[in-house]
Amino acid sequence: MSALDELQAKIAELKNELELQKSATRAARERIDKMSAEVVDSNPYSRLMALQRMGIVKEYERIREKTVAVVGIGGVGSVTADMLTRCGIGKLILFDYDKVELANMNRLFFTPDQAGLSKVEAAARTLSFINPDVRIETHNYNITTVESFDKFLNTISHGGIQPDTPVDLVLSCVDNFEARMAINTACNELGLNWFESGVSENAVSGHIQFIRPGETACFGCAPPLVVAENIDEKTLKREGVCAASLPTTMGITAGMLVQNTLKYLLNFGEVSDYLGYNAMNDFFPRMSLKPNTQCDDRHCQERQKEYQARPKVIAEECAVEDDTPLHETNEWGIELVDDSPPVAESTEASKEVATGLRLAYEAPEITTESVPTVAAAANVDLDDLFAQMKAL
Amino acid sequence: MVDECTRKTLSNIPLLQTRAGPRDKELWVQRLKEEYQALIKYVQNNKESGSDWFRLESNKEGTRWFGKCWYMHNLLKYEFDIEFDIPVTYPTTAPEIALPELDGKTAKMYRGGKICLTDHFKPLWARNVPKFGIAHAMALGLAPWLAVEIPDLIEKGIITYKDK
Repeated sequence: MSALDELQAKIAELKNELELQKSATRAARERIDKMSAEVVDSNPYSRLMALQRMGIVKEYERIREKTVAVVGIGGVGSVTADMLTRCGIGKLILFDYDKVELANMNRLFFTPDQAGLSKVEAAARTLSFINPDVRIETHNYNITTVESFDKFLNTISHGGIQPDTPVDLVLSCVDNFEARMAINTACNELGLNWFESGVSENAVSGHIQFIRPGETACFGCAPPLVVAENIDEKTLKREGVCAASLPTTMGITAGMLVQNTLKYLLNFGEVSDYLGYNAMNDFFPRMSLKPNTQCDDRHCQERQKEYQARPKVIAEECAVEDDTPLHETNEWGIELVDDSPPVAESTEASKEVATGLRLAYEAPEITTESVPTVAAAANVDLDDLFAQMKAL
Repeated sequence: MVDECTRKTLSNIPLLQTRAGPRDKELWVQRLKEEYQALIKYVQNNKESGSDWFRLESNKEGTRWFGKCWYMHNLLKYEFDIEFDIPVTYPTTAPEIALPELDGKTAKMYRGGKICLTDHFKPLWARNVPKFGIAHAMALGLAPWLAVEIPDLIEKGIITYKDK
């Protein structure tokens, strides 16, 4: 056999292999137009639609009209996107500027073969394979920079399933204060509801916070509220590492986040304003936070005024007032304890946070003392300053 | 939290007045002037006290900063490039100073070579908004980071002296 024939045979063999590979990565199923409630093994939505039959959710299929933006596709964000995809969300918009690394493998979702890919790209591939009905859009940039922030604003204000509508909810799954504040700024400006989520750097606590601009405290209203872990700071060793992480804490936090997202989008149960998780003693503190009337964010204050001006929906009271005591005697001394979540005015939040929570640091005191500041006279020219700096 | 020496350095850097970020147009120009004035004063102070350790400049808009910093160890000068962006939420959030060439060489760093600041830096910054600026971030953030990390990296042989 000539060398040519050998090569041709080799090519044919490789073509076959490639075809096999391709068919394996091709969508595992066709798209589905309408969610069916039929209980058969081949229906990916049967167990979700069963929520209707059980009377938990009124119209589960409304989830297909919803758009959620997930910012930060790391340990919490990727699992969040995975859960929403499996729930059949209409559209997901993913934001992240990072790449998958082998150091991420102690968390869920990403696999070692994806190392080097951008997180949004790797996630989009896996997610559309899991559920081809979900529309997935990816954005690979850092939202805190001046040029990317405008793209971010534009995307969340026009990214809804219906053309020119905002997304239904923004989920923050980022790992730094700068990005959280950027999301806060954007959502205060646009009046968009969002959830903040986070896991502590020592991996043993997590939290979610629902922010409805004007109605609940924004992320800038008070120092961040964190779960008190009762670990003495002096015993916490930070040498040689910036952050620890556990797949468990991240999975639980993502679960709390998506659970509350579903409750909000599909209108069932009670959505938590703040829910914490302390892994050390399995404690879940819960509370509400009112906005700070002195908030530094001008848009937060504007949203607060709008909220004050809106007529409030009064929760339906079905109970008929009855003055007569339900029980004439109370032989066993049984008392009812109020277990509704405490509400804190964030202006004095440091004194009023729920048990098991604390503020990340003391709020700055508003001082009027005069401090020596740079006398930035208007007549100073910026170009002169540039030149002065260069000449140093 | 802050040692006596840092406290003294800090008290000689002028404080800023204007609460404005890069999206605030004219007000940002005002803030930028204050930033430059504070930085110039800080560098002058350093020169006078014989502890000159960095240079910085920015693009025209003042949103992107770059420069050099150096650290003396056993009479040898180790120099590193600095870069960072001013985030849209500045000055509520501090700039994230990066030394890109050290990325991956120490665990005290986030992706892209952003230095990992102590637990104390962010609360201290938050309590001093809008009075603290880039000069303060250098004095309270980068300076102590270099003082701890660079000798350690040299000892481990991760960075070596380059004659320039």
